[in-house]
Amino acid sequence: MLWKKQIPLAITFIMGLVFGIQYFVPHRVSDTLFKNYLNFAIVIGVFGTILAYISFYRAHTMRIRRKAPAWPYSVIAIIVSIVMAIFGFAQGMEAGTVFSNMYFYVLVSIEATMFSLLAFYISSAAYRAFRARSAQATALLVAAIIVMIGRIPLGEGMSFWTLIFPEAPTFPDIANWILNVPNMAAKRAMQLGIGLGMMMLSLKIVLGIERSYMGGGD
Amino acid sequence: MAELKQERTFWERLILIDRRVIYLIIALAMTLPFFFQMGLPIPATKEVQDIYDHIEALTPSDVVIISADFDPSVSPELLPMFDALFRHCLKAGVKVMAMSLAVQGPGLIEPVIHDAAKDYNKTNGLDYAFLGWQYGFTLVIMNMMEDLKQTFPVDYYGTRTVDLPILQGVETFADYDLIVSLAGSAVYMNWLLYAHEPYNVPLACGVTAVSAADVYPYIQSGQFLGMLGGLKGAAEYETLIEEKRMATMGMEAQNWAHIIIILFIIIGNIGYLIIGRKK
Repeated sequence: MLWKKQIPLAITFIMGLVFGIQYFVPHRVSDTLFKNYLNFAIVIGVFGTILAYISFYRAHTMRIRRKAPAWPYSVIAIIVSIVMAIFGFAQGMEAGTVFSNMYFYVLVSIEATMFSLLAFYISSAAYRAFRARSAQATALLVAAIIVMIGRIPLGEGMSFWTLIFPEAPTFPDIANWILNVPNMAAKRAMQLGIGLGMMMLSLKIVLGIERSYMGGGD
Repeated sequence: MAELKQERTFWERLILIDRRVIYLIIALAMTLPFFFQMGLPIPATKEVQDIYDHIEALTPSDVVIISADFDPSVSPELLPMFDALFRHCLKAGVKVMAMSLAVQGPGLIEPVIHDAAKDYNKTNGLDYAFLGWQYGFTLVIMNMMEDLKQTFPVDYYGTRTVDLPILQGVETFADYDLIVSLAGSAVYMNWLLYAHEPYNVPLACGVTAVSAADVYPYIQSGQFLGMLGGLKGAAEYETLIEEKRMATMGMEAQNWAHIIIILFIIIGNIGYLIIGRKK
């Protein structure tokens, strides 16, 4: 209990207090303390990476042993991680090496493809689900259409009314206004709330009220 | 029996169209523009122009750091930004340094750096530096504000940073004249919190189009001096540096994809209104 609870809580409290004060004290000792902390934190982080590798192999090995659903993917994950590491250490990562080729022609392509699929899903969803069912939904719909037109090169040309009223705002102008005024007002309110929430959560962690980061769920 | 079966109206059939037809239309809308370019003008917005103007106002001894904090999933949007910014810095003759807080970032930008340096006849270590990746996200930012060479003891190619001529006299935050974070997530906030706020380093960012709306409050407050928003931001920057490359080409596809999606929304809603009224 002492090692798992009291000591971590004491470390969190002391470090929270010390670095809370350190931020506001422009002194040589304070600066040295901060620099030492930065080096120390990176070393701890590297150990965290080692733990992550151990955890990765342990979790996938357990899935294979139990024959969990889709366990062959765990075999692929382990094999690929080892193969990439072997080629990376043996040949380096320069252009033309196996590591580089696997990175560009497998990983980059897979990830870019996954993200690109969004365009197709969004189109289908927009067609079937984006409906003017209420006043709020209609406002959202109109704003979305204006911003979408305003964000493409054709937007300027599609502002047909400027042929009659050259001084009138174009689609890009209206889109910028939507982003800079109503969008910003909503975002700022949300971010203020998030910021205050983060402050409260930090305070609760330092004071030992919020303990879920230690695991165990209490 | 056949008479009992109710015939579907035109709008009902249109609303219930097979999704594969939609996918096919979108695929055509996004691929055909690569073969038939319209060459539409892409004027720069204020947020993009401000970054360009800031770099233009720098002198050869000034330092610009471009941090490619993204992975391959968002590279179609963010890599053209890196390309345009890096080329502009080489063109302007400022000391430009590329780095990444994302482990997959250096692999993505290395060929871009290589090609740009070749095009502008610039030398690594002399005209630019590629610092690579370092573990730690916020810790890297905090560390490099205090000591750049200690944070990156060697560059991406394994050369000791203390031996790089371009890094002579570049030590701490006081020597950085602009940092641009190109991020596919909210990593740009780390630069804001740990570089701009405590040390007042000029900061700009490049984000995906879906994240752009989140950045506007920080532009208005002056914390970010500018932003490249999505592929359009990159294309606008290419217009400014007068080099139409990846982003400008991609904007043609985005142009038609947006138009098609808008048409889908309009048709879907007309159908919804007509069917709803009949019912």
